[in-house]
Order: sequence, then C-alpha cells, then structure tokens
Amino acid sequence: MDLDALILSRLQFAFTIAFHIIFPSFTIGLASYLAVLEGLWLVTKNEAFKTLYLFWVKIFAISFGMGVVSGVVLSYQLGTNWSVFSTVASPVIGPLLAFEVLTAFFLEASFLGVMLFGWKKVGPGLHVTATALVAIGTLISAFWIISANSWMQHPTGFTTLPDGTLRAVDWWKVIFSPTFPERFAHMALAAYLTTALVVGAASAWRLLRRGPDEEEPAQLALRMAIGMFAIVAPLQLLVGDMSGKEVMHVQPAKLAAIEAFWETRTEQPFHIAAWPDRAAEGNRFEISIPKLGSLITAGSTDAEVKGLKAFAPQDRPPVFIVFWAFRVMVGLGLLMIGLGAWGVWLMWRTRGPEYSRPFLWAAVAMGPAGFIAVISGWIVAEVGRQPYVVYGVLRTADAVSPVGAGQVSASLLAFMVIYAVIFSVGVLYILRLIGEGPEAAPAEADEPPGNALAAGAKEVAP
Amino acid sequence: MSLDLPLIWAGIIATAVLLYVLLDGFDLGIGILFPFAASPAERDVMMDSIAPVWDGNETWLVLGGGGLLAAFPFAYGALMPALYLPIILMLLALILRGVAFEFRHHGRTRGKPFWTAAFAGGSVFATLAQGLVLGGFIQGVTLKGRAFAGGPFDWLTPYSLLVAVGLLAGYALLGSTYLIWRTDGDLQRRAHRWAWIAAGATAVLLAVVSIATLLVHPRIAVRWGFENGAFDLAVLAPLLPIPLLGLIGLGVVALGIRKAHQATSLLGAYLVFLSGYIGLAVGFFPNIVPYDMDFRAAANADNALALMLVGVLILLPAILGYTVWVYWLFRGKVGGDAGYH
Repeated sequence: MDLDALILSRLQFAFTIAFHIIFPSFTIGLASYLAVLEGLWLVTKNEAFKTLYLFWVKIFAISFGMGVVSGVVLSYQLGTNWSVFSTVASPVIGPLLAFEVLTAFFLEASFLGVMLFGWKKVGPGLHVTATALVAIGTLISAFWIISANSWMQHPTGFTTLPDGTLRAVDWWKVIFSPTFPERFAHMALAAYLTTALVVGAASAWRLLRRGPDEEEPAQLALRMAIGMFAIVAPLQLLVGDMSGKEVMHVQPAKLAAIEAFWETRTEQPFHIAAWPDRAAEGNRFEISIPKLGSLITAGSTDAEVKGLKAFAPQDRPPVFIVFWAFRVMVGLGLLMIGLGAWGVWLMWRTRGPEYSRPFLWAAVAMGPAGFIAVISGWIVAEVGRQPYVVYGVLRTADAVSPVGAGQVSASLLAFMVIYAVIFSVGVLYILRLIGEGPEAAPAEADEPPGNALAAGAKEVAP
Repeated sequence: MSLDLPLIWAGIIATAVLLYVLLDGFDLGIGILFPFAASPAERDVMMDSIAPVWDGNETWLVLGGGGLLAAFPFAYGALMPALYLPIILMLLALILRGVAFEFRHHGRTRGKPFWTAAFAGGSVFATLAQGLVLGGFIQGVTLKGRAFAGGPFDWLTPYSLLVAVGLLAGYALLGSTYLIWRTDGDLQRRAHRWAWIAAGATAVLLAVVSIATLLVHPRIAVRWGFENGAFDLAVLAPLLPIPLLGLIGLGVVALGIRKAHQATSLLGAYLVFLSGYIGLAVGFFPNIVPYDMDFRAAANADNALALMLVGVLILLPAILGYTVWVYWLFRGKVGGDAGYH
C-alpha cells in the first residue's frame, strides 16, 4: 500500500467529515427547536413564536441542504477510499448504516418537503407533526452513526473469521456497545448546545442593533437560549466526564494522549498546558497541577493511570493534537457554563439580559463556540483511536483502498475548492438572514393557524 | 425453510437503484433543461416543481450506496475504487446542484446567475458521471481476488462516453415529460418541444448503445444470442419482449406528448428506462461486479442480511407509503407561487 494515498485518504476523510459534522450538529438542535417553537405557537397563540419559526426555518433549510449533500459523500467515500475497512467491518456495522438510511434519511427528506413547502397544503396539526418527524429523524440518524462509531471505538459482540472478516454474534452488543449511551447523549447535548449558542448569538445581535424594547421575539429567543445554556452546558460536563471515564477503561492509550501522560504512575499531575513530543517521549514544557490528573481521570489521587510509554510506539495515537483538541473542547464548555450562569443571574437580579451590552456581546462572540467544540471533540475521539480504525482490530493503514495518490490528491483538491465555495456562500447567506433578523408577522389572529402560517410566510418573503 | 437472502437482497438493491434512476432522473433532467428556459421566472417554476421531493429522491442513491455496502460489501469494495474518479465527480456535481435549490433563492445580482449555472452544470455533470459509472460497470472491472486491481482510468473509453451521452438524453426526456405533467402554459409548450427532441435523441442513442454493446462486449452479445456475426434466434426470441417494451415506451411517450395528457409521456419514458435496465441486467446477471464476481460471492454474512431484511420488511412499506403521500400532497400544476420563499 502506497503511503501517500493513505495519508491523502485520511486527510480527505478528515476534511469531508469535519465539514459535514458542522451541519448535523446544528440541524439536530435546530429541528427540535423549530418543533418546540411551532408547538408553543399553536398552544399559546403568541405570534412571537411564529415569527421565530418562520425566521429559523429559512436558516434550517440552508443548513439542512448543506448537510444532506455533504453526507451523501460519506456513504460513497467508505468505498472509494476505505474499501478494505468496508469489506472487513461491513458484516458488523453495515446493517447499522443501512438502518440509518431506512429509519432516518427517508423520514427527514420526505417530511422536510412538507415542513418547507406544505404550509398551504396541510393543517397546523399535520404541519407540526412533519416538523417533529424531521426532528426525530435527525436524532435517529445520530443514534445509528454514534452506534457505528462507538462500536469502532470499542468493538463488542463480534468474532473474527479465519479469512480476516468479522461476524456479528450478538447484535445487541454491536448496536449498544458499552460506550454508546454516554457518547450518544454527549453528541445530542452537543447539538442542542450548538444550536442554542447560534440562536443566542443571533438574538443578542438583534438586540444590540435594535435596542431591547421592541423586540419581543429576540428577547424570547435569547431567554430560551440562556435556559438551554444553564441546563444543558453543566449536564454536558457531567456526561462528558462519564464518557471520559469510559475511555480510561476501554481506550487507555487515548486517555493518556488526552492528558499527555507518559509514565504510568499514581498521583498523575494535571497538565493545563503542555507541548507533548512523541520523539522525546515526554512533554517539552508543561504547566501542571500536581496529583489532580489522577483525581480527575480515575477519581482518586492514589489511582494508577497508564501513560503512553505503557504502549508500544506504533500503538500510540498522536498526542499533541489530541491533547489540545480536548482542551479546546473543555475550555469552550466551561465558557458555555459561565455564559449560562451569567445569563441566569441577569434574569434573576436585573432588568434582564437584554439590557446588559457586555452579556449580549459575549453571547455574540460565543455563537460559533459549539461548532468548534464539536469538531474538537470528534478530533479527540477519532485521532485518539489511531492507529486503529476499528480499535484493536483493524489498523487504519490496512483499511485503505487500492487507489493511487494521484487520484486521491485530485479528489481532495476538488473537495477543498468546492467546499470552500459552498461553505463561504452558505455562511454568507445565513449571516445575511441573521443580519436582517426576523420580521414581525402581521396580525391575523382570526384566521385558522395553518392558513395564518402560510399567509405569514408569503408576507415575510422578500 | 431457508430464504435465499443474497438473491432477495440483489432484488432490493436493484429496485433501489431503479427507483433512484426513475425519480432523481427527472430532477437531474430539469437541471439539464435549465439553460433552455425562457426566463428566470420559468426556471423558478421548474425548480419549484421538484423542490419538495428532490431530497427524498436522492435518498434512494444513498440507499443504493449504503445498501451495497451493507448487503454486498465485496462488490462495494471493488466497484468504488474501480470507479473512483467518476464517483467523486458525481458527488461533487450533486453537491453543487443540491445546494443550488436554497442558494439560488438567496443569491442576489451575482449569486443568482451563479447558482442557476451551478444547478444546470451540476445536473449535467452528475448525469455524465453516472453514465460513466454505468459504462465502466458494463465494460467490466479488473479484479484480483475480490479486490480491484485495474488502473485509474479503466472506465474511460469511447463506449462509456457514449453511454454517458445516452443517459444525458434519457434524463432530459424524464425531465421534460415531468414538466409536461406538472406545468402549464408557455413552459408546458416549451417542455413539449424539449420532450420531442429528447425522445428522438434517446431513441437514437439507445439503439446506438445497444448495438455498440453487442459489438464491443462479446460476453454480453452471447447472452443475446449474437455470436460470430449472426443471431441465434432460440436465444434471442425469449428476450425480444425487452426491446419491444422500449419501443412501446417510445410510442407511449409520443402519444403522451401529442395529447399532452397528464403523466402519460413520463410513464412512457419510464417504460423505456425499464426496458434498458432489464436489458442491461440480462447482460451481466448474476454478476454484481462484471464479470468475475457474482452476487453470492459478494454478499454479506447471512445474519447481517437477515437482520436487515426484517428492517426492510417493516420500514420499506412505510417509506413507500409516506413518499407516495408527499407526492400526492404536492400534486397538480405548479404555478408561480409554489415556492415558500
């Protein structure tokens, strides 16, 4: 196998999947948010909910479209670039991916049409059902993908045949592998946080530009977002910690890389910052708190935690990138908790967060934080699993397709150019919509809700 | 009782691919016809006619790819590297045309024309790439064991280029006949003209591709009883209903265009595609990677196929049910106000 094709294929997969995950991590949360907004509007008849729905559904349509087209790539790339992985692992995780298509993709795609274009065609009950089905579809999709990925992180319920391919022996253990529950919860919460941060930033921007007094929808959305930060961000810290504890048991080498532990010992220090160097098998510099590393990872300063030197050099994951990606993720998570606490305090003790310009600016600045945290988290998970693609079973170097470096460099270049174009344009259009902000819907309280929604859509449209 | 799971799955994958071609075919066809529309407003109507359904249609392609991975991993693992460049070209083209549905509405002075061109160009290149994939598939793939062992440009031959152009005409036919069904007024009249041209081109190219297949690929020719420059009627006769179906399809297309009757011409075009699809299958079945890997050798483990079959039996009727419902919901002629924008 040609080394260049391997590296290029890894780069291409990392690039296309990192690009893709931006959109699901936003649309999973946004679909649920839209379902809640539409439900609240139907129940309370508060027009502000409708205004928000009509605003965010436009942004949802753009983001969802970009998620769909970048996702189709992945279902083919497993074959074009990772054909050995596909043939070896398909007997176990092939059905999981097929179930994703059958249970989620068709549901999302079909009811998205009703959600975006069906306002005049169906009644309010059916329309909110379509929105809810899209939201459920996004979560089902996350379920199967995290299930497949969790199995790759810690494969269970299978056996290896003499010809090297795998066989499932217990589907329950394949689908619900031990790390799956925490990892699924971690991703779902991450998606909700990402969306709440974007909604919070857009609302804060609106309030900064227009002043707080006549912006009921933006105030409402900001307060909903603060509620999400305050509840979900601390919860995410707990779930993330549970997930990390699992990593220590099932992927000790990954944990050692996350914390840049080299020696196996008790009373591991916690490195706030470090420059891990694989060649030197140590950290070039480190800022550390003594004993805290063992306490955080294993629950006691006396606990012995494995260091990277306990693994043969060819079995160690890259340390620098895993160590820093983890710190970026956790650092942003702590900032999210802080933002939530600040917002709650403002709601509790002052006229409201709408009147605090420092808070509104902080909320705007944190708008992209969810995306960065999600990508960092996936870097920890995926780079930390190296040098394996299926942990302990199949090495990444052995999983690549028999294709040449020339083809892969051409395709990687093409992906980079096209993704750069659609990403910049998509972000431009979304930011433009956010800049314009939600328009106040005309009063039409007498009409039945379904028609009012459709009529509102026409009025809002430029 | 034991089910022949690989055979059942071959049928499921074949159905998914056929449904993809028939459904996304008219989506891509509308993109191919985009440059010939009279005005931006007419392009809006063309796009609105498929906007609520294109995503669902393209999902059959994901089922085709994901299903092949899950049901026939060795075929997936051999075909994808063999057809690497046309597959990547198809994906990139589908990305450009896919985002164009939304981007075109949000573009202003420069954005809108750009995404109009991206939708048309993406549709044309996605179609050509699918044709190259099909041509490369019919030509056969060089294998060593169960892995691809050929070169990066094996798929690129005059034959595969001919197939690609043929598919372009075929999708244009699907697109124009779909427009006859779903639009009225000037656009429908224009769609009539497009449909005549596309039907003529499809008929000619289908005939040329068929003859070329017999001449260039002796292994397929033998299946049709064509050997040493002569037909063996005993072999050919039972297969004659297949080309006959294509001819009937073309007749229905002509009748449908002339009478402008609802979806008649689209259904005729579907018969033409069905004839071509079955005709192809005759040439390579039971191979799933022509011509050295049959579908049994490529199949996944029985327990994986069985698990997925249970899923399909429960989920596929539901999928087909709500898909039909969505089409029914958006039935009727598309006017200038169908978009939500």
